[in-house]
Amino acid sequence: MTPYLRIQRLTKKFGSFTALDDVSLEIVEGEFVCFLGPSGCGKTTLLRAIAGLDIQTTGRIEQNGRDISALPPTKRDFGIVFQSYALFPNLTAAKNVAYGLENARMSRTEIARRVLELLELMGLAQHGNKYPAQLSGGQQQRVALARALATSPGLLLLDEPLSALDAKVRVHLRHEIKQLQRRLRVTTIMVTHDQEEALTMADRIVVMNLGSIEQIGTPLEIYRDPASPFVADFIGVMNFVPGTVVRDGAVRLGRSELACDVDGLAAGTSVTLAIRPEDIVIHDGGRSEPNALPVRVDALAFLGSFFRADLAGDAAADVLLRADLPAEMVRRRGIAEKSTFSVLLPPDRIRVYPGSTVNR
Amino acid sequence: MRLFIGVIGLYLIAFLALPLGLMLAKSLQGSHDEFVGLANYVKYFSTPALFQSIGNSLWVSSLSTLITVPLAFVYAYALTRSLMPFRGFFKTVALVPILVPSLLPGLALVYLFGNQGLLKAALFGHTIYGPIGIVMAEVFTTFPHALLIILAALALADARLYEAAIALRASRPKIFWTVTLPGARYGLISATFVVFTIVVTDFGAPKVIGGQYNVLATDVYKQVIGQQNFQMGAVVSVILLVPAIFAFFVDRRVRSRQVALLSARAVPYEPKPQRLFDLSMLAYCVVMGLAVLSIVAISQFAAVVKFFPYNLTLTWAHYDFDTKGGGGWASYGNSIRLALLTAVIGTMIVFVGAYLVEKARGFALGRGIFHFLAMLPMAVPGLVLGLSYIFFFNAPANPLNVLYRTMTILVVNTIVHFYTVGHLTALTALRQMDPEFETVSASLKQPFYRTFWRVTVPVCLPSILDIAIYMFVNAMTTVSGVVFIYGPKTELASISVLNMDDTGEIASAAAMAMMIFYTNVGARMLHLLFARRLERRTQAWRRR
Repeated sequence: MTPYLRIQRLTKKFGSFTALDDVSLEIVEGEFVCFLGPSGCGKTTLLRAIAGLDIQTTGRIEQNGRDISALPPTKRDFGIVFQSYALFPNLTAAKNVAYGLENARMSRTEIARRVLELLELMGLAQHGNKYPAQLSGGQQQRVALARALATSPGLLLLDEPLSALDAKVRVHLRHEIKQLQRRLRVTTIMVTHDQEEALTMADRIVVMNLGSIEQIGTPLEIYRDPASPFVADFIGVMNFVPGTVVRDGAVRLGRSELACDVDGLAAGTSVTLAIRPEDIVIHDGGRSEPNALPVRVDALAFLGSFFRADLAGDAAADVLLRADLPAEMVRRRGIAEKSTFSVLLPPDRIRVYPGSTVNR
Repeated sequence: MRLFIGVIGLYLIAFLALPLGLMLAKSLQGSHDEFVGLANYVKYFSTPALFQSIGNSLWVSSLSTLITVPLAFVYAYALTRSLMPFRGFFKTVALVPILVPSLLPGLALVYLFGNQGLLKAALFGHTIYGPIGIVMAEVFTTFPHALLIILAALALADARLYEAAIALRASRPKIFWTVTLPGARYGLISATFVVFTIVVTDFGAPKVIGGQYNVLATDVYKQVIGQQNFQMGAVVSVILLVPAIFAFFVDRRVRSRQVALLSARAVPYEPKPQRLFDLSMLAYCVVMGLAVLSIVAISQFAAVVKFFPYNLTLTWAHYDFDTKGGGGWASYGNSIRLALLTAVIGTMIVFVGAYLVEKARGFALGRGIFHFLAMLPMAVPGLVLGLSYIFFFNAPANPLNVLYRTMTILVVNTIVHFYTVGHLTALTALRQMDPEFETVSASLKQPFYRTFWRVTVPVCLPSILDIAIYMFVNAMTTVSGVVFIYGPKTELASISVLNMDDTGEIASAAAMAMMIFYTNVGARMLHLLFARRLERRTQAWRRR
C-alpha cells in the first residue's frame, strides 16, 4: 500500500549547521507517528519541513501522491497544534475553531454546526463562548486541537503539544488525543522529547539524534530491540557494561562467560553489553543454567511494586548492574544490602554493540 | 508580503534616503551645482564666524545635559522610590513640555527675564538672550524626555538586590551608590545622549531667545532663509548630523544592554513609607512642577493681557491672528489637519511596516534594509530633513516636485521625521504576540492579512493608539522639520508662532503656542478616554 507521506533524503542546513542529514521516512495513512529525541536532534525541524515552514535544503516530500516539496504552507494540507497553542486571544473558543472554516464555501449555520460538533468531540460544548484566557491549559489545548481538525486536514501535526501542561493533565490528555486520533483516523505526527508519551501513544516511533534517524519501529520493537546504544539508552533504563567477544555465541563479562548473539563480530572485539533491569532474573539456585552471574547487593531502593538493586559482580568488581527485582521475590528470599546470590542474564535479552560506549 | 514591504520601503527610500543623499551631494557642490569636492567644508572651517557655532552648540548642549539629567533623575527617583502623594499628578505635570512647541519656553523666559522681565534682577546683570536663555529653555523642553527614560530604568529594580544589601548591613547612601545608580546606569547614559541630541539639533529655543549667540541649528536657518546659500546650509546640516548619529548609535547599544538587566525571577521593588524622605521628595517635585507650570502660565497670562508687564488689562486682541503676521487662524486649521492626517496615515504606515518587518519570513536582506531605514529618522535632525526636502522636491527633474509646498509634503515629512519611535513601539507590541499566529493561519488556509485584521490589530490596539497620539502631538508642535517646506497656503500654527515672534508680536505668538498646547491636552485626554474604554471592553479576553 502506498504510503500517505513519503520523505526522501531530506537535508536541512542552517548555514554550516546540518539540522537534518539525509532523512528518509514513510508514513502510512491513519498512522500515529512520534518523532522522539533529545533537544536539537532535528525532530521539530523535520516537522516544520513537512509543514512547509522551513523548507528543506535538498530532498523530496510527497503527501498523498502529490509532490509538496516546494509548496508554501497555505498550499499544503495539514493542521498544526503548537506547544503554546497559539489561540487567538481576542476570539472566543468557538470563533477560534471556526477560523479555518470562514471562507465563502460554508454557510453560517453549517459553520456553527461543525464548530459545535468539534467542541462536543472535545468535551467543551459549554465553553464555546469563553475566551482562551478564561480556560484552563488542558481546555486551551483541546480548543487548539479542535481548530486544527476543523478543516478535516489530511495530516495532523503536533509540536510538543503536552509540554506546557502539568503531569496529571498531561497523562489524561495523552489518552484523549490517542482516542481521538483512533476515532478520526487522521494521519498524525507528534514531536516529543518525552519517551513515555511516545511509548504510550505512538503506532510507530521515529527515534532521532543529531539530525539522523536512529531507528523506526513500534514501541515494543524499539524497547526490546534497540538498534543502537543511543536508542537503548534513550528509551527506558538500560544497563551498559563493557565486554569482549570470545567466539561466535559467547562474550566475556568480567571473569564470567555469557552466551548471547554476537551479530557476527570477530573474536577479541571490544563490545558493550546492554540488558534491561527488569530482564535480570534471580537465579533459583538448583541446576546450573547458562549466563549465571554471582553478585552482591550494594544498594536497594524500594519503589512500590519492585526493588531497584545496584548489583556488583561478586568476583569482578568492575561489573555494575542495576536490576529491577519483584517485591515478592525480594521478600521471599530475604534480600537486603550486602546479600549475595546469583542472577541470570537470559541470552536472548542481552544486546551487543560494538565498541565501548556510554559511561553511566 | 514582500510586495508590501517593497511599497513601504519605497516610501522610506523616496522620502528619506534619497533626499538625504541629495543633500550630502549638494554640500559638495558649488553655487552652480558643479562638483567642488570639499571646498565648501574648507570654507566653513576657515571662517571663524561660521565654525564658532560648533563650539557654541556643544557648549549649550553639554550644559543643558548636565543640568537636566540630574534634575530628571531626582524627579524620577521621587516618583518611583518614595511614597509621596500625588505621584500621578506630578508625572503628568512633568510631561507638559512635550505638548508645547520648543519655541514656547523661549517666549515665557523673555517675559520672565527679558528686558522688561518680572524676575530680571535674578540674572545679576546678565542677559537672558544667549546661552543662559537657551539652556533654561532646553532644560524645560528636554526634562520630560530624560524623565521617561530614567523612569523606565528605575522601574527595572529588583527588590531582591535591595534585600540582600540590607541583610549585609549596607547604609542607605551605600545602597544608593552601589545598587540604585548602577542599576539605572543604562537609563542615565541613554538619557544623557538623548538630551544632548535634542538640544544640539533644536531650533526653536535658540531662534527665540538665542540673540546673537550662534548655534548650528540657527546657522542652517540663516544660511538657507537668510542668505539663500543652500550649499553652505547643506554643509552645516551635514555637520549637525554627526553628533546626532553618534549619539544615536551609542543610545542603541545602551538600550539593547538594558533589556537584559531584568531576569525572569526578579521581584519588583516596592518602596516603604519614610516620612522625612517622602516629604522632601514632595517638596522637590512641587518646586519642579511649579517651574514647569509657570512657563505655561506666564505664556497664557501674557497672551490675554494688553501689554505684559505694563498693562495688565484683559484682552482678546492678541488672539486676532488674522491681523497679525504669520498665517492667522488658517494656520491653526492647517496644523489640525496635518496632525490628524499624520496620526491616521502615519500610524497605518508605521504599524503595517513594523508588522511586515517582524512577521515576513525569508527576504532577510529586504527586511534588514527596511529596519535600518525605519531607525534612521531618529538620527536625522528635523532641519536637516527639511533642507534635504527642498533640494529633493524642488529639483525640476524630480517627478515628485508637484508635492512641493503642498500639505502632502508636510504630511510625508512629518511621518518620516517621527517614524522611528512609532516603529519601535509597534515592534515591541508585535513581539509580545505568539509568533505562531501566522503559521496557524496558513495551515487554516487564511491569508495573512485576514489574521492581521482580525487578530493582530485588535490585540495591539493600545499600542496603535499610543503611536497615533505620539504622531498627533509631535505634528502639532513640530517646527524644525517643516520650516523650510511650508508654503503660503500651508503655514502651520507652530510656524506662525515663529513668524509672529519675528515680527515682534510676542503676545500673539504666545497665544498661538498656547492654542497648540490646549489642542494637545485635548487630544491626550481623548486618547486616555479611548484607552480606558478599550481596556474595559477587552477586559474579558485580556484577563482571567
